Amino acid sequence: MNAVTAGAGGFISRFEGLRDRLPGAELEQVRALREEGAATLREKGLPGRRVEEWRYTDLAPVAQAQFTEALTAVGEAPALPAPRAPHRVVFLDGRLAEHLSQLPPHAAPLSARLEAAQDLLAADHGMPLVGLNAMMFEDGLFLDLPEGRDAGTIEVLNIAAHAERPIAFHPRHVIRLAPGAQLTLVETSTGPAGATYLHNPVYDIRVAEGATFTHVRVQREGRSAFQLSTIRARVAAGGTYDNFTLNAGGRLVRNEIHVTLEGPKAAAHMNGAQLVADGQHADTTTFLDHAAPDCPSRQTVKTVLAGKSRGVFQGKILVRQVAQRTDGYQMNQALLLSEEAEIDAKPQLEIYADDVRCSHGATVGALDPEQLFYLRARGIPAEEARAILVQAFLTEAVEGVTDPIAQAALEEAVSGWWEREAA
Amino acid sequence: MLRIEGLTAEIEGKQILKGIDLEVPKGEIHAIMGPNGSGKSTLSYVLSGREGYDITGGSVTWNGQDLLAMEPEERAAAGLFLAFQYPVELPGVGNANFLRTALNAQRRARGEKEVDAMAFLKLAREKLKKLHMSDEMLKRNVNVGFSGGEKKRNEVLQMALMNPSMAILDETDSGLDIDALRIVSEGVNALRGPDFSSLVITHYQRLLNYIVPDRVHVLMDGRIVRSGGKELAEELEAQGYGQASAA
Repeated sequence: MNAVTAGAGGFISRFEGLRDRLPGAELEQVRALREEGAATLREKGLPGRRVEEWRYTDLAPVAQAQFTEALTAVGEAPALPAPRAPHRVVFLDGRLAEHLSQLPPHAAPLSARLEAAQDLLAADHGMPLVGLNAMMFEDGLFLDLPEGRDAGTIEVLNIAAHAERPIAFHPRHVIRLAPGAQLTLVETSTGPAGATYLHNPVYDIRVAEGATFTHVRVQREGRSAFQLSTIRARVAAGGTYDNFTLNAGGRLVRNEIHVTLEGPKAAAHMNGAQLVADGQHADTTTFLDHAAPDCPSRQTVKTVLAGKSRGVFQGKILVRQVAQRTDGYQMNQALLLSEEAEIDAKPQLEIYADDVRCSHGATVGALDPEQLFYLRARGIPAEEARAILVQAFLTEAVEGVTDPIAQAALEEAVSGWWEREAA
Repeated sequence: MLRIEGLTAEIEGKQILKGIDLEVPKGEIHAIMGPNGSGKSTLSYVLSGREGYDITGGSVTWNGQDLLAMEPEERAAAGLFLAFQYPVELPGVGNANFLRTALNAQRRARGEKEVDAMAFLKLAREKLKKLHMSDEMLKRNVNVGFSGGEKKRNEVLQMALMNPSMAILDETDSGLDIDALRIVSEGVNALRGPDFSSLVITHYQRLLNYIVPDRVHVLMDGRIVRSGGKELAEELEAQGYGQASAA
């Protein structure tokens, strides 16, 4: 057992003590899923940098921390911000807090609906963090929208509430849209500034024919926190999965998204922005599988880095032979505001179809001296000019999001970032 | 009054300005004409404080102040305006917001009261109307997707709002059709008065039909080789730079 596997050892031994008490222990399928996750983790440990997909993100700090499970919330609930939408789902330490939530129709805590949801829990396919989640998850959002249902905008708050000692929580979110259903989910993750905790969510998402899921995630974890999230979405013919993820908080964050376009004219948007300040590491890794013809995909990820920080963008697009007339676009832009900041960008196109339009591009740079001079020549002092240009980069990064509730959540995270971080 | 004495400057070790002597008294408009590569744009950038130029000798005083010791934003606040040959695009920055931020930065630097959003909008609309421009211009991002003519108009709008006491126009006429040329000229002429002076840098005499200069200087190979009245511009147009500078 190498040192990194040892990092997973703590999780495995805790699982061995808990396995009969975890939700779904009475369900054969759920038990099998957990055991499979444990096997993956035993075999592989937490991924090390020798694994190609993890070359730029080092999980050693996660392996070294000694995490325990969050205790059941007792006593006072944390103060919550005013709701932005009529329906809000609040999670405390990965458990759905029904008394603090205004649950929308067709939504339930996963722990209460495991029998109905178990067929939707996808295997880990050898991914250690998904295996860890499968092994340890206690709860999550189960949202099962019937045909043609427009659920409007639902707000989700993920709060690390009891992180006085290092806790780990692994929520499992299962979201299924039947044909023609529509949903906008605006999620915000937060936690106390100085607390060490691990938030390791996994999402199983199914978007059926003609359904549209707009999924906006605002990651504002505490600055000592780890968030390692994995989304796996399958989109049927004419359906759309539209993801926008803002990475702004945390000490070490990885946001991994796998989308499979399974039917003709299924669409995927995987846009995002990463604001990475001194001491932070943010990783956006995506895998887009074009497995059907006539599918469009769009991806723009913008990263701005200040201080001693590191950003990662890995974007793989696979166009299978069957996926004729694929229309793919990928753009990755990074703005480096400090000489100690680093961005690693790895676009990867693998194309087996012959009638394909796939374009991609990347830019990495500092603030444009021409733009700076233009602002200064108009009387704007250098510091203010820099702030304007950083804000402009951020504004552009989030401007593709049109839902007003999502816009408000993003705006709150983005505004004043440079003033806070660069000073 | 702008006084340039023995100004020499180089870029990346290459000497561009080789000793410029020039005075623009208050209230006058002077034109600088010269062929490509004579140092026209370098002069405008050195005067406005762009980085990347090494000033190796000489001095520039502006109303008694050492202009070269001032930051670009200080020069702007002191009343110097550069209309760019190639106005820069600022994606993600709204034009109205940019203009108000610039105006207020200058006012703040001069110890004047800032203009609030309502008062600014009123002022901007007034200027737009005078310049026959649409309010639409305020809603767009700064110069993004603007045609060449629109970019130059936006420069003139900025100039009208900032109300400078000295404007440097760096080949503002390049790429303009007659209508745009007229609007740009009207913008400059509207500021004309005993407290406004301007340095109009151009390759062609055409602009000077609309902005009639008090003096014309010919810049060749980093030096002013000839100065004269407005008729010198016509002579240059007729005879070309080679002939006129030798005369």
